[in-house]
Amino acid sequence: MRTAATSIFQKDILKQAVMDAVKKLDPRSLARNPVMFVTECCALLTTAALFQKSSGEPRGFIIQISLWLWFTVLFANFAEAVAEGRGKAQADSLRKTRSHTTANRMQPGQENAPVPAEALRKNDIVAVSAGETVPADGEVISGIATVDESAITGESAPVIRESGGDRSAVTGGTKVLSDKIIVRVTANPGESFLDRMISLVEGANRQKTPNEIALTILLSALSVIFLVAIFTLKFFGIYSGAWFSITVLVSLLVCLLPTTIGGLLSAIGIAGIDRLVQKNVLAMSGRAVEAAGDIDVLLLDKTGTITLGDRQAVRFIPAPGITVGTLADIAQLASLSDETPEGRSIVILAKKHGLRGRSIAEIPDARFVSFSAQTRMSGIDIGLHQFRKGAPDAIAAFAAIEFPQEMKRVIEEISREGGTALAVAEKEEALGVIHLKDIVKGGLRDRFIRLRAMGIKTIMITGDNRLTAATIAREAGVDDFLAEARPEDKMALIRKEQRNGYLVAMTGDGTNDAPALAQADVGVAMNTGTQAAKEAGNMVDLDSNPTKLIEIIETGKQMLMTRGALTTFSIANDVAKYFAILPAMLIVLFPEIAPLNIMKLGSPLSAILSAVVFNAMIIILLIPLALKGVKFKPMKAMALLRRNLVIYGLGGLAIPFAGIKIIDIVVNFFHLT
Amino acid sequence: MEIGSWLQLLLFIGLLFLLTRPFGSYLYKVMETKEKTIFSPVLGGCEKLLFKALGRDVEKEQSWKQYGIALAFFSLAGMLLTYFVLRLQHILPLNPQHFAAVEPSLAFNTAASFAANTNWQNYAGESTMSHFSQMVGLTFQNFVSAAVGIAVAAALVRGIARKSVRTIGNFWADLIRVTLHVLLPLSIMLAIFFISQGVIQNFSADVKAACLEKPAGREPAQFIPQGPVASQEAIKILGTNGGGFFNANSSHPFENPTPLTNFIQLLAIFLIPSALTRYLGLMVGNKKHGWAVWSAMAVLFLASLMVCWTAEGKGNSRYPVLSASSGGNMEGKETRFGIFNSALYATVTTSASCGAVNSMHDSFTPLGGLMPLLNIQLGEVVYGGVGSGLSGMLIFVILAVFIAGLMVGRTPEYLGKKIESADIKLCVFYILASAILILAPAAWAAASRWGVAGISNHGPHGLSEMLYAFSSAAGNNGSAFAGLSANTPAYNTLLGLVMLAGRFLLMVPVLALAGNLAAKKVIPAGSGSFPVHGMTFIVLLVGTIIIVGLLTFFPALSLGPVVEHFIMTGSGKLF
Repeated sequence: MRTAATSIFQKDILKQAVMDAVKKLDPRSLARNPVMFVTECCALLTTAALFQKSSGEPRGFIIQISLWLWFTVLFANFAEAVAEGRGKAQADSLRKTRSHTTANRMQPGQENAPVPAEALRKNDIVAVSAGETVPADGEVISGIATVDESAITGESAPVIRESGGDRSAVTGGTKVLSDKIIVRVTANPGESFLDRMISLVEGANRQKTPNEIALTILLSALSVIFLVAIFTLKFFGIYSGAWFSITVLVSLLVCLLPTTIGGLLSAIGIAGIDRLVQKNVLAMSGRAVEAAGDIDVLLLDKTGTITLGDRQAVRFIPAPGITVGTLADIAQLASLSDETPEGRSIVILAKKHGLRGRSIAEIPDARFVSFSAQTRMSGIDIGLHQFRKGAPDAIAAFAAIEFPQEMKRVIEEISREGGTALAVAEKEEALGVIHLKDIVKGGLRDRFIRLRAMGIKTIMITGDNRLTAATIAREAGVDDFLAEARPEDKMALIRKEQRNGYLVAMTGDGTNDAPALAQADVGVAMNTGTQAAKEAGNMVDLDSNPTKLIEIIETGKQMLMTRGALTTFSIANDVAKYFAILPAMLIVLFPEIAPLNIMKLGSPLSAILSAVVFNAMIIILLIPLALKGVKFKPMKAMALLRRNLVIYGLGGLAIPFAGIKIIDIVVNFFHLT
Repeated sequence: MEIGSWLQLLLFIGLLFLLTRPFGSYLYKVMETKEKTIFSPVLGGCEKLLFKALGRDVEKEQSWKQYGIALAFFSLAGMLLTYFVLRLQHILPLNPQHFAAVEPSLAFNTAASFAANTNWQNYAGESTMSHFSQMVGLTFQNFVSAAVGIAVAAALVRGIARKSVRTIGNFWADLIRVTLHVLLPLSIMLAIFFISQGVIQNFSADVKAACLEKPAGREPAQFIPQGPVASQEAIKILGTNGGGFFNANSSHPFENPTPLTNFIQLLAIFLIPSALTRYLGLMVGNKKHGWAVWSAMAVLFLASLMVCWTAEGKGNSRYPVLSASSGGNMEGKETRFGIFNSALYATVTTSASCGAVNSMHDSFTPLGGLMPLLNIQLGEVVYGGVGSGLSGMLIFVILAVFIAGLMVGRTPEYLGKKIESADIKLCVFYILASAILILAPAAWAAASRWGVAGISNHGPHGLSEMLYAFSSAAGNNGSAFAGLSANTPAYNTLLGLVMLAGRFLLMVPVLALAGNLAAKKVIPAGSGSFPVHGMTFIVLLVGTIIIVGLLTFFPALSLGPVVEHFIMTGSGKLF
């Protein structure tokens, strides 16, 4: 799936796109896009005008106008085809993974029977052994196995799939590397995750998003206004004694139609979904991508998203009369047999105090006491010494002492700050305290600052108590937090924010996340998560990286901005086109109007042709922008608006003046009219 | 002289600015909090009586459909009343000149025109209308059609300000409150002021004045029309109606006798439309937004005025060639008012959908005449007609927000409300209908015998006359490029229909939009939401209005005033 950032113009995609562009001339498919449909009708009209006896303008001119009008439609089709082509290429590579798998179907009271994967139905039970391909989406109901999911995620490291819990989902097309699992099928053929992915990236049943529909209405209305303006111009012309030919009127109409945005609108939408795919996120609909741009509130799980997931030792605080070195030494010894991440972090911290790494094997005459949830401590017995480290109350009980006042104070302080204090002691002697705390992932603070600049509120969700939560929230720079959260609290929080009018995004992986994922406006399920979570969300992150949500939002915003920028550009363009075409239309009858030809275009015919050519060319030139999206910088809405208005509004006013003038020079140089 | 004009302009804009805040707050009190006003002691009884007469219906909040139906019912009844008053004026009282009944197509045209707050006049008041017709048939409509316009704007603003409800206020309550607490007291004060300045107010027949010279072939006497002018004049201005008592409208010394009345008239035309922006700001809890809309209006107004003033000041480029005095273009202007006050009046009256005139727009230079025409075609949103101006402006605001809103990386929102396809449908219907109502009938007239028969100047200027007539009708302005003889059955009927559609058809999307918006949830504003105040927004709004207007009307205008201008400057030919 992970495609090395597909360059926009790959040769085979382009070749296919050219052919598709011609196929898309079919008016039935073009009718979905009113602007281009009208443009095609115009192209037909001028082509028909070729066969008129006296058409007014020289035939060569009409031929060229017709050609460029056809090109205008073709260029728009091409833009859409290129966008689709990139998805198709990805879909093809996905399809390959689906090739003919055989499944071992288990039926009660019968031998396992090998059947083709396509024959599997929901709730069938299959056995998958090492080396075999998982035949369909399903849930592990017994066994544990390592699975290679690189076909889906592009991640080469195998993952563990086991029955029960949140890692029970397997995807059709992935490969079991070790052991054997029994899987209950959860999707009928054609409805599997892979199938959905294929149809998504292909854009097969792409629905217009709500905003796209609204924009299409606006563009259609603009088209009708221009139709009225041009149609009535014919009659005003009759009054004035001017006779405007079909070719000229149609040229003016097409130039005024918002062909730029009309031609690129669907490409922008497809490219938006595609850009998410590049980031290994599958959006179930364009609507979800659009919603991502609108997100106001971001719910982030503390563990795994904001913090590294495990607490880490950050400091040794020795008891009175003990040196840091001694404490570090003993803490390390007592933690050697503690395989938990906390234990390992103590060993690592001790190394920073000048101690070399030690392994269990080095200390032959020692007896290790490994960590357990019951004892809540680990330790080592060397000779007569019994060193222990663990939860303070457990250690106090073990050592049969009361900690010194100073040490008690330290322990209290650490928990007040939201950290965890571990005590280190020998029988009858307290040695000191280890300070463990959650470590906020690097770079997150900056990202939250960027989110705040975009006006997005971040809320951290954690099961920790308020104190701990507040400390981490402050450290990570989130705006708010929800402490001691149970799954139903998460749901209530989403509802509350939504009642206030906010759009909420969250990530989740567990089955108990599913209701909240469904409730959220953008619910990103982790690919490692359960089937239920994946069904409930409207996006799946194949990398299972919760911080991806930030990139998803940026992609959504970028897509909306691109749409707005090109709409503004397209409408602003029309001003220059009026100044090109109207003087050209009137100058024969009213030579005095010459000063209105502010671009000083060569001749009336060259002016009209140049405007039409510019109108077609600008579509091709803007395809890369439509596919890549406009540059996105997180900043306040006011600054963003000003920046984009200057670039696409003023730019849209000015560029066509220059563009048409240049084309006119070329047209006149080659005497094309 | 120039300095005087600049000072007057400064005083005008300054006073308008100063009046906007207190008067806007007053409108808020009248329309929203429904508090007692300083006029309550006098008019409270009347208000209670009317509320009682209408019964429970006045207290109940209405959905946009109920609001619209009540409005349509009321306006139709009013229009019929006016129609029959005009048709029966020969048997009704107060007809000292013994005018005959008004001819049916003219009566329809006039009734439609006054019900639609247009006040297009295909007649000369002093030689057609009895005093009764003027007062009951026309002045009454001046009050209520203005109140209807304000009510609709208030309903739209309510829709924007409310959240998650289905209702947009009560039409009857709005109508009564506005009429009693705003239009009536202000009109009375204004009328008294006008009388103090020399505007007449009586029920007399024409006064016969002996002439010093004996005009050739006529009776040696001049008949000076009389009537209840001041009472009609006040609401004509305040309600942006524009229908004059006399054919000469505000250039007549009985309608507009002094420089002071001229200045006050200008201010009174803009007073309510300007204050409504403050009302908007108060209602939506974002005063800066109200001022941003006000500023956008001010920018458009000043730009238009500058072009018109400059063009008229320059006058005909042929004057210097013919070594005539070059004091600017004084044709069709009152010497009492001069160029600046004529250009200012023309700009104000066309920006505001008023239609009162103190000079003849037909005689303006091509560019000078283009501006009033363009002001109307841009939708008269620059302060605009009472109510209708703000409604139209808000349609443009929503369009601007929709087009540019995406550029902040969110789906478009206006004051926290998502702008969705249903809203866009209504907005584009409004824009599309306004365009079609102007262009289609004008094109029809231009290409048909009955249409061309009415024009007095041929060439591009004739086209301007027809374009202006239909723009004025569709935009409910009522002023005319007076060269057009439009008192024919064809023009009367078509213009009448266009006026009605331009008023009432366009109210449908406005009210529906109010209903739509009222039902929406509000997303609280944050630093990521679209800013609807500040310079950027003002520029965006002004740009949207100009670009949409120009794109729609430039082709037609290019064959009218634009080409006329170039022919005048290029070859000195006039039409």
